Amino acid sequence: MNVIVSLILSGGAISILVAIPFLAVWALPYVFGIHLEWLFGIVIPYLAVIIFFVGIVYRVVKWAKCPVPFRIPSTCGQQYTLPWIKRNYAEKLDNPFTKAGVVGRMILEVLCFRSLFRNTKLNFGDGLHVRYASSKWLWLAAMGFHYCFLIVLIRHLRFFTEPMPFFVSIIEKVDGFFQFFLPVAYQSGLLLGAALTFLLLRRLLIPQVRYVSLPADYFPLFLILTIAGTGILMRYVFKADVVSIKELTMGLVTFSPKIPEGISVLFYIHLFLVSVLFAYFPFSKLVHMSGVFLSPTRNLSNNNRAVRHINPWNPKVKLHTYEEYEDDFREKMIEAGLPVEKKVAPTEQKE
Amino acid sequence: MYDGGKIITGIIIGLALLTFPIWYNLGAAPKPPDIKLPVKEKQCVQPKAYMRTKHMQVLDLWRDSVVRVAQRSYVAFNGVKYDMSLQNTCMSADCHAKKTEFCDQCHNYTGVVPYCWDCHIEPKEKPKEKPKEKH
Repeated sequence: MNVIVSLILSGGAISILVAIPFLAVWALPYVFGIHLEWLFGIVIPYLAVIIFFVGIVYRVVKWAKCPVPFRIPSTCGQQYTLPWIKRNYAEKLDNPFTKAGVVGRMILEVLCFRSLFRNTKLNFGDGLHVRYASSKWLWLAAMGFHYCFLIVLIRHLRFFTEPMPFFVSIIEKVDGFFQFFLPVAYQSGLLLGAALTFLLLRRLLIPQVRYVSLPADYFPLFLILTIAGTGILMRYVFKADVVSIKELTMGLVTFSPKIPEGISVLFYIHLFLVSVLFAYFPFSKLVHMSGVFLSPTRNLSNNNRAVRHINPWNPKVKLHTYEEYEDDFREKMIEAGLPVEKKVAPTEQKE
Repeated sequence: MYDGGKIITGIIIGLALLTFPIWYNLGAAPKPPDIKLPVKEKQCVQPKAYMRTKHMQVLDLWRDSVVRVAQRSYVAFNGVKYDMSLQNTCMSADCHAKKTEFCDQCHNYTGVVPYCWDCHIEPKEKPKEKPKEKH
């Protein structure tokens, strides 16, 4: 799809998603006197969370129903063969033979994005020598984005727990380490925005990546950028009423929902976009959060040559072994002078 | 389903982690903060809605003005002049005299740790008053 069409589609979708809560919460009370805060503050968040959980479980169970009869790990090193062929740690991780190898590979994949770390870039150089060079920028931005998002998510627990668990205050202190601006600026917010901007520019500026990018790639980037943007605006610029917001969020998690007074429309936009993110999650590429654990090219050990893996959808074949065949025709075979395994027929033995 | 045991264990761990706020708060209906407003003084330096969300920026402005420019006079929105001082104006006997009954109520509720008290000494409260920490 053309990049302009992709951008218009995904950007337009985001604009509509911002406009819906803005018009419904800000304009409707003025024009018609209708108050829809309960819809955007209670009903839609609950629905979104239900869709999220049901959707994720549905996707995972659906994946689990697919048999993987043969081991298909993508391997990047010497596989286990003879004991005297040495394998170093990288080869044991990149071509795992044991369960420990697979666990190590998965930990590195999930926590450190190792397969992105191994990313290479074809470098033509002077045109005479073609070589592959290590390319770590995508890995760096991905690590920055995912970990900052995790920290932002954990920091938001301060709105969903009372009293706040100890690790939230520790993370807040570390995140606001430089103590600049007021309220104290969190580094994770800035880094999140920077990483997302890099990931977006990468799609827009590199021709090959731009060619394979679809609205489904731009939409999550725009969505998360807008969520981060509204959050940053609420904290630093337009100043949300935190106490009222916490009353609302605590009502949601303790299942006694209520809509307090004095919450700005910006909060409803933020909450609506988060709800959209939650509901969109299971049906989009974002579901790699649970999918990474179930990718058969990563979570299987490469033991095809050592262990027999039986295809679960093999049809049941009625077997007739040679021994049974010989039992059936032994006498005739002996009469005809054919060699047999057992000289005496079992029927004669009984007599 | 293949590897059912592992899949279900994974789903349960995932759900347990993601629903942390729900089971962490179980049985504890949180009480919104209970602020004691001053009896005598009825008007703050800015309207209530402004102070609710932007008091920290007012205090930050005061801090910079007093410490860096030595300018202590603050003209409120209604034209009244105030002395820029956290301890002598905001927390004077007629206004928000008790930190535990005013500042701490919301700050504890929302998990905010302002660094006012890195430098300031909080006004002493009468010892017979027990600090309200029950929620």
